[in-house]
Amino acid sequence: MSPQGRPEGEYRRAQHEGSPVSEVLLDVRGLEASYGATRALFGIDLQVAAGSITALLGANGAGKTTTLRALCGLIRRKGQVTLAGQRIDGMATEEIVRLGVAHVPDGRGTFTGLTTEENLRMGASTRRDRAGVHADFERFYEYFPRLKERRHQQAGTLSGGEQQMLAIARALMLRPRLLLMDEPSFGLAPLMVQDIFRIMRRIREEQNVAILLVEQNAALALELADTAYLLETGHVVLSGPATTVRSNDAIRTAYLGAVEAAA
Amino acid sequence: MNAFVSQLLAGLATGGIYASLALALVVIYRSTHHVNFAQGEMAMFATFITALLIEAGWPYWAAFFATLVIAFAMGAVIEALLIRRLRTAPVLSIVVVFVALLVILHSLAGWLFGYAIRPFPSPFAETSWYGGSLLSPHQVGAIAVTFLMLALVYVFFRFSPLGLCMRATAENPVSSRLVGVRVNRMLALGWGLAGAIGAVAGMMIAPVVFLDVHMMSGVLLYAFAAAVLGGIGSAPGAVAGGFIVGVLENMLGTYVVGPELKLSVALVLIIGVLVVRPDGLFGKAVVVRV
Repeated sequence: MSPQGRPEGEYRRAQHEGSPVSEVLLDVRGLEASYGATRALFGIDLQVAAGSITALLGANGAGKTTTLRALCGLIRRKGQVTLAGQRIDGMATEEIVRLGVAHVPDGRGTFTGLTTEENLRMGASTRRDRAGVHADFERFYEYFPRLKERRHQQAGTLSGGEQQMLAIARALMLRPRLLLMDEPSFGLAPLMVQDIFRIMRRIREEQNVAILLVEQNAALALELADTAYLLETGHVVLSGPATTVRSNDAIRTAYLGAVEAAA
Repeated sequence: MNAFVSQLLAGLATGGIYASLALALVVIYRSTHHVNFAQGEMAMFATFITALLIEAGWPYWAAFFATLVIAFAMGAVIEALLIRRLRTAPVLSIVVVFVALLVILHSLAGWLFGYAIRPFPSPFAETSWYGGSLLSPHQVGAIAVTFLMLALVYVFFRFSPLGLCMRATAENPVSSRLVGVRVNRMLALGWGLAGAIGAVAGMMIAPVVFLDVHMMSGVLLYAFAAAVLGGIGSAPGAVAGGFIVGVLENMLGTYVVGPELKLSVALVLIIGVLVVRPDGLFGKAVVVRV
């Protein structure tokens, strides 16, 4: 299972030896995407089990963000994407979101001109259960007390870490079944990163939501995730339970900064 | 003193005209972040439709509300058929399309309705308790209508969930889609609302300047100046800006420079304000930390 052992133009099906059999929430087969003439994804296969955390690892330009963008229809894509048995690969982004797929996007996607609270209200804009929305405001303000302090402040004035919290809270306001998270630790101070990951653990425990997590910080992601996929130049080159992936030698040298130098 | 008050009130009456069209510009801006140069011509076109309905024997208010519906549909259709195709186009291309739309609607109206200048009825009585010797009942009524529209627009954008979605869509369409907002609908709705507000402006302006194809050509420029002076994203700002431009123009014309230069001087003053406050008197700068 070394990255070099990949057959030309082929992908390797995920082999989950030993992982518990659980309901597949998101099933992706042969996902392809391009930016103009440049192909970015060459047939990605991946599964996310309901309620689990799946990490998508890889270097810059491997296609992690592209995968998330293709899944929620922000870019043109080919292949078969099924959410809880329903095909979503031909749907518009807003319709996919309405099926319960929330996205913490690359760059956070803050509505900078709206207040913190208005940003959160946008997260719940498709919901009709007023009482539930009200309760969720309180719940996520409790997750992120900083956001409560700044609820009437223009969101563009929040710090990077606060905006990341806002992006996560806004996504949770949708009450999603699946949460796509694009580099929640990007550009944050180490303490803030710890904070964000602590919250993600809590989300997993308290919310019935599956997370597909894109991370450059492989060590943190593998600590949190149940399953992991490694992308290289638009191909899945390695996948399996996070514990297995973590002990893989190639991963250890290339992504976890193990001391023995790469050959 | 009486002359001064009368000049002030006349300025407010003109200002109300600028304010009502400026309000339509603000609605488009708040819901799409575009400034629609064709807004005046859309309003003129809608006002011709009212005139046709009234000529066909419709009561004034029936024609008024029918025009609102038609103008709303016209705005939404223009967005859906034309502006939507340009979503990824650079700003300058969109500006060209707006200018083209202005010219097209202008000549289309001339071709359909003719270039003759026609009278247009006011819904407000000729003489009434609320019109004194200084302002006609129509002027008072038009100002009241402007404030009513301002209140509706303000409350809609500030407090309604739909208004919030429209503001969010204008600011960040991608993030809006990612929280499930049907962005296409929001944009069409914004254009529709602006079209309807513009139509009200047209129907209030036409009794004063008379209905013809050119009735909005001057007004749009001052409405635009008013909106920018007040802060293009702020409805109260646009209305305040409209009244300021109207009063300034009248006062300068009467007491300072005479009628020839009154608008030039007013616009120079506006530029002066914008140099000091680039976001307008009521606009708030959007601060972005990264």
